[in-house]
Amino acid sequence: MSVLVNKDTKVLVQGFTGKNGTFHAEQCMAYGTQIVGGVTPGKGGATHLGRPVFNTMNEAVRTTGANASVIFVPAPFVLDSIVEAVDAGIELIVCITEGVPTLDMLKAKRYIETVGGVTLIGPNCPGIITPGECKIGIMPGHIHRRGKIGIISRSGTLTYEAVAQTTKLGLGQTTCIGIGGDPIPGLNHVGALKLFQNDPETEAIVMIGEIGGTAEEEAAEYIQSEVKKPVVGYIAGVTAPKGKRMGHAGAIISGGKGTAEEKFRAFEKAGMAYTRSPAEIGSTMMELLKSKGMA
Amino acid sequence: MNLHEYQAKALLAKYGLPVQQGVLAATPEEAAAAFDTLGGKFAVIKAQVHAGGRGKAGGVKVVKSREEATDVTKSLLGTRLVTYQTDALGQPVNSVLVCEDMYPVERELYLGAVVDRGSRRVTFMASTEGGVEIEKVAEETPEKIIKVTVDPLVGMQPCQAREVAFALNLKGEQIAAFTKLMLGAYQAFVDNDFALFEINPLAVRANGALACVDAKIGIDSNALYRHPELSIQRDKSQENERELKASEFDLNYVALEGNIGCMVNGAGLAMATMDIIKLYGGQPANFLDVGGGATKERVIEAFKLILADPSVEGVLINIFGGIVRCDMIAEAIIAAVKEVHVTVPVVVRLEGNNAELGAKLLSESGLKLTPADGLADAAGKIVAAVKA
Repeated sequence: MSVLVNKDTKVLVQGFTGKNGTFHAEQCMAYGTQIVGGVTPGKGGATHLGRPVFNTMNEAVRTTGANASVIFVPAPFVLDSIVEAVDAGIELIVCITEGVPTLDMLKAKRYIETVGGVTLIGPNCPGIITPGECKIGIMPGHIHRRGKIGIISRSGTLTYEAVAQTTKLGLGQTTCIGIGGDPIPGLNHVGALKLFQNDPETEAIVMIGEIGGTAEEEAAEYIQSEVKKPVVGYIAGVTAPKGKRMGHAGAIISGGKGTAEEKFRAFEKAGMAYTRSPAEIGSTMMELLKSKGMA
Repeated sequence: MNLHEYQAKALLAKYGLPVQQGVLAATPEEAAAAFDTLGGKFAVIKAQVHAGGRGKAGGVKVVKSREEATDVTKSLLGTRLVTYQTDALGQPVNSVLVCEDMYPVERELYLGAVVDRGSRRVTFMASTEGGVEIEKVAEETPEKIIKVTVDPLVGMQPCQAREVAFALNLKGEQIAAFTKLMLGAYQAFVDNDFALFEINPLAVRANGALACVDAKIGIDSNALYRHPELSIQRDKSQENERELKASEFDLNYVALEGNIGCMVNGAGLAMATMDIIKLYGGQPANFLDVGGGATKERVIEAFKLILADPSVEGVLINIFGGIVRCDMIAEAIIAAVKEVHVTVPVVVRLEGNNAELGAKLLSESGLKLTPADGLADAAGKIVAAVKA
């Protein structure tokens, strides 16, 4: 078991023939992901990377039976692509694109809520991977190992850090979800926690957050009341100044709210294990598991 | 991207909001002429800078004559205004807004809006406690803040605005006037991709009319591509010089107060790198995300930016080479160090594809580059190097 994606997941690439779409689709295919085709309006009927290109998502889904899509189109066209994927019946949409206007995301989220049964990951994220089975995104596949830890993170390279550490310690991962660095993400921390709590293979969870918003505080409350599995938390941005955007659109302390200290306090209040060192995410998890007789 | 007060007011006026009259002046002569144009007994001169707290910092002054308008403007232009929201250097005053005198006013209200991350809705906030910092009101008397969330499906409806109007104790014709104002503000918000909107104070004048006395607008930078008319209003003089330079090269840079420069790929890892430097007893000098493809050109520009900060005494490079190979990154770093003539100690941590080969290249380069194994080792080494 794993969450959201496995070896049977059939993926379409939106923005298939573009530079990013091409490069990463190739990498995903090399990893073993079932990329069944892609969409580039106007290039329907062509073949790209040995897979069919379609004009519309509707046609692509009807022909290939795909249930997931990954979006590489430029930011101005992301809302359009999400709506097209939802309308075509896609269940899992992974949006890698960075720089999507916030108001577009409000509409996209509202639309997804209305339709129901659709999970959006991202935008501005590395994607999702179930090691050894399916990689939908831009993360380096080779650092992952199949194992027992579920990883949730708002950041790309910081996720890789947690992945590399858990791999090195032999813990491995069930699924890693990069939920993205935007203020309005699709799947959020709580949603991802719920998935891992219900996944029998996932024995413990690493949750990586950063400054901005209150998603980690809500996640800590959720963990306290609903999550029975061990969780290790980490927050980036202790040294970030107020009012400055730290790279990610969502990483900003505004009106004095959303500081790393507030989030660590929420972890503490929830009785969660956490670390203040990004170098000790893996070892903190190892100690926690040992203390529970799980490693 | 932030707008100046005068730009924000002009934009809101287009949406039918009643804004305080004002004339922009870039010279003392223009300010004197503006005083005459407005024709009031008094006028208010307001420094146009991207920062709140102008009043307390001496950036807002009441004048009683065209001569006084000239003198006050002369004293403000060309200076830097330091408020509680700016850094120690302050923001340059390149123009002033000469405004009509609104006083006496009966009451000062507050109206603001943001995209609320929790509810994922555009959320308006109103309060009878205008003229002061809303954060303070929110903290001390949260019951005095009236909140309205707007469903993007139907947009703001008059009933929502009316509810706020009644809650603010507005009466008679003011109800309709406020409803029109708030609906206009919502339309302006969604039409122009506001990230932040604030009218503070929203004055209820002695004659009962409403007027936006100050206005603050921030635009979602990700949406600027669809607002060319707003993009051209960007005032780069109000932005940090190094951060501006960084944005030209698509680098994300934020200046901090410490002495250890950082170069990292990825925003989250860049923050984590700053944090671990602090954890090991050092102080980071900056946040810098070189992005996914750490090419030679980008690394060179990143070095230049970091070293342009005179307080930098050492540099930590932390790259998690996911799909790019670490030996290629090592070559880029070596070339950049040679080209930029880096003299301070540089600790490099490379992880991922071909990391060992990358470290070998660094050690054999003959340059002052110290390879590190892992984040903790890197932080320990750079903190020690800077203290030595």
